[in-house]
Amino acid sequence: MEKIRNFEQVCNILARYERNPNSLISILQAVQAEYRYLSEEVMTFVASSLGISPAKVFGVATFYSHFTLQPKGKYEIKICDGTACHVKKSIDILDALKQHLHLTDKEHTTKDMLFTVETVSCLGTCGLAPAIVINEEVHGLLTPETAVQLVKDIQKSEALANE
Amino acid sequence: MNKAKITIDNQQISFSDERNLLEVIRKAKIELPTFCYHSEMSIYGACRLCMVEVEGWGLQPACSIKPAQDMVVKTNTSEVRAMRKMIVELLLASHEVNCPSCEKGPDCQLQKLAQRLGVKKVRFENSYQDRPVDDSSPAIIRDPNKCVLCGDCVRVCSEIQHVGAIDFAYRGANATVMPCFDKNLDQVECVYCGQCVRVCPTGALLPKSEIGVVWQELHSNKTVIAQMAPAVRIALGENFGLEPGTITTGKIVRALRRMGFDYVYDTPFGADLTIVEEANEFIGRWQQQEKLPMFTSCCPGWVKFAEQYYPEYLPHLSSCKSPQQMVGAVSKNDLVKNHKLAPEDIVMVSIMPCTAKKFEAKRPEFSGAYGKDVDHVITTQELATMIKEMGLDFNSLEQDSFDLPFGFKTGGGVIFGNSGGVTEAVLRYTSEKLTGMKTDSYIFNAVRGEEGLREAVLTIDNRPLKLAVVSGLGKAQELIEKVKAGEKYYDFVEVMACPGGCINGGGQPINHGLHTKQKRTSGLYDNDRMLQLHKPQDNPYISEIYETVLQKPGSTVAHEMLHTHYHPRKRIQTDDVSITETSPENKLVISICFGTSCFLKGSQNILHSITQYLKMTGKEKYIDIKATFCYEKCEQGPVIKVGDQILTQCTAEKAIEVIENSL
Ligand code: SF4
Ligand code: SF4
Ligand code: FES
Repeated sequence: MEKIRNFEQVCNILARYERNPNSLISILQAVQAEYRYLSEEVMTFVASSLGISPAKVFGVATFYSHFTLQPKGKYEIKICDGTACHVKKSIDILDALKQHLHLTDKEHTTKDMLFTVETVSCLGTCGLAPAIVINEEVHGLLTPETAVQLVKDIQKSEALANE
Repeated sequence: MNKAKITIDNQQISFSDERNLLEVIRKAKIELPTFCYHSEMSIYGACRLCMVEVEGWGLQPACSIKPAQDMVVKTNTSEVRAMRKMIVELLLASHEVNCPSCEKGPDCQLQKLAQRLGVKKVRFENSYQDRPVDDSSPAIIRDPNKCVLCGDCVRVCSEIQHVGAIDFAYRGANATVMPCFDKNLDQVECVYCGQCVRVCPTGALLPKSEIGVVWQELHSNKTVIAQMAPAVRIALGENFGLEPGTITTGKIVRALRRMGFDYVYDTPFGADLTIVEEANEFIGRWQQQEKLPMFTSCCPGWVKFAEQYYPEYLPHLSSCKSPQQMVGAVSKNDLVKNHKLAPEDIVMVSIMPCTAKKFEAKRPEFSGAYGKDVDHVITTQELATMIKEMGLDFNSLEQDSFDLPFGFKTGGGVIFGNSGGVTEAVLRYTSEKLTGMKTDSYIFNAVRGEEGLREAVLTIDNRPLKLAVVSGLGKAQELIEKVKAGEKYYDFVEVMACPGGCINGGGQPINHGLHTKQKRTSGLYDNDRMLQLHKPQDNPYISEIYETVLQKPGSTVAHEMLHTHYHPRKRIQTDDVSITETSPENKLVISICFGTSCFLKGSQNILHSITQYLKMTGKEKYIDIKATFCYEKCEQGPVIKVGDQILTQCTAEKAIEVIENSL
């Protein structure tokens, strides 16, 4: 039922801005607040409703880094690739997590919408290198194995919660 | 009136209503370099190549400032020169520099400029990142590695064509011109008109070449036929140093024979045939007052545009195939039936001023018992390349003539290449047919002209006939919106996607010289005047083909061979917005149209009622609801699709009833 509510909100947002193409940025902002990201379908819907081309909407959405075009999972994992972590092989952790979660260079979020894996430039916790952040919580001094174990633990507790 | 004057490089130049300083400088016969300026589009002012020194103001972009009385302008100071050179170096530094093997060849503005400015070496490190080339479309190749981000294509596509298939995305070093969501061109609303190809200064947008496969066919044992569109004969010469508008028909025919084509036919024969079919179709509709205005359908860019944006008008399009497809269909039929050739041994190659014709030839509608009507389409540019590849000295070639019967045409078929030509040819036919009187006059000045949207009212058989001629899809959209709103009424509307018609097509030689369009247009009208016959109905081979094959205009045979129909088309290959949690067990798909018109008529309330009903009856799990844009039946909204069933003027009760029955 959440999807219906989301969609009705989009209709309301479009009505609130009177389907005025000049309000595109405000509309995208409001729509993103609703869906947490801007999907192709929703951007196409917005473009058609405003009578402008989807390429224009996409141009605006990619110009501002505030807009997210990829869905974000329930758990956002950020792997530090600052100098200190990089030297301590943070990329190996990234690869291990991607492999474990079946992610690719283009897909950062798992199909079940549980995990999003990304790199960030420096977390400012170089003393703990290599480090990752899972939903704001820092985990340091990791190896690929311990990092994957963290994810496995979350997967286990999610599975339990669903039973 | 006191003439305003400015000084440009020590020369006094008068000016009046020029849009900007650049145009005055060009008037002074100085070829100021530009990348992002095209007189027919808005001013972008990004490339900074047009910088000049204006006394008292310093360096200024000439495209973006107005000329003012007594301005003193210098276009060639050492500062200006150094700056231009640096810009070209900077562009080259983020460009894939494989110039000798780039298809754009000598037409590339970047290469030309580098040579003109004496750029011997680039002082900056090459920072370009390799990006995938998009060759998905049947018409156009998009190579972002060659793009200089001038935005010309973006503006022509949105401002002139009102399509907006490509736009800037991302920013900084990642900025790229691309279709929405980084999709391929064949997944989006691009109509393949090639206007972007025409304005792109580099090799970033090019016609998709079919040169290789055409040589292969020519070297095989198959029977290879050529046909040539009207606009080719007055433009190809430009690639060999001739003025636009120079008629080189005979030389082209000779070149085609030397290349090994077995038959050389003329697309204007097909245009004559199109006129006979289309004019009769029109007379029928006009007399019955049904499906008016009738829109022409010989421009495939326009047809795709209509399929995507105006599906409600598709029944108004003429059902006639375009001349290219007609020539394909009748000549294959002739070779199979009368020359006993096997269909798979016949190859039809057409030479077109157009990139969209490549797409048209591949449409599934245009394949019949003998395969595709047209197998390969090469543009005027590609033919010039083939002539050069073969080493033929084009200008000294002898003249040669087309093969009969499909190489014989009247002037009515030749002027098809000009905006207004189809209408004029229809008038040449219709006026005689309706009055039953033959006349010597054949020129209808009322439908000629340069404006993108022209109207005329003629009296034929004592009845007013209201006509409109549009070229450029933006103009077409303007006109249809007025017709839709009831502000305008027409009986017949000619639409060409390219401004000025086929003579300005996306496959024509690249030529940014002054008056190119006008010269090509006059070239075709001159060609008409030089021909012996001007009215399609006077073409003896047209009469013959009706006697031997087609019986009469609009007959069943004619319909099978020469007519078609079109279907609504989705603009973007993206899923509709899914409103329910999709899972594989969900069987019945309900699509609710949320286009403006359906929305205003209450699609949101219907959605609400349906979801309430599903919740109450616990049937949610059997249903998948999507929000879509059906575009099709706006007058009859709200429109809902349940399974395969389309419900118009739908109410919540009606929808629920159908859902119950379908479950
Ligand atoms: S071919 Fe025409 S519709 Fe397609 S991108 Fe180029 S200008 Fe736009
Ligand atoms: S593709 Fe060509 S016309 Fe378009 S921005 Fe790039 S260089 Fe300019
Ligand atoms: S032509 Fe003036 S800035 Fe590009």
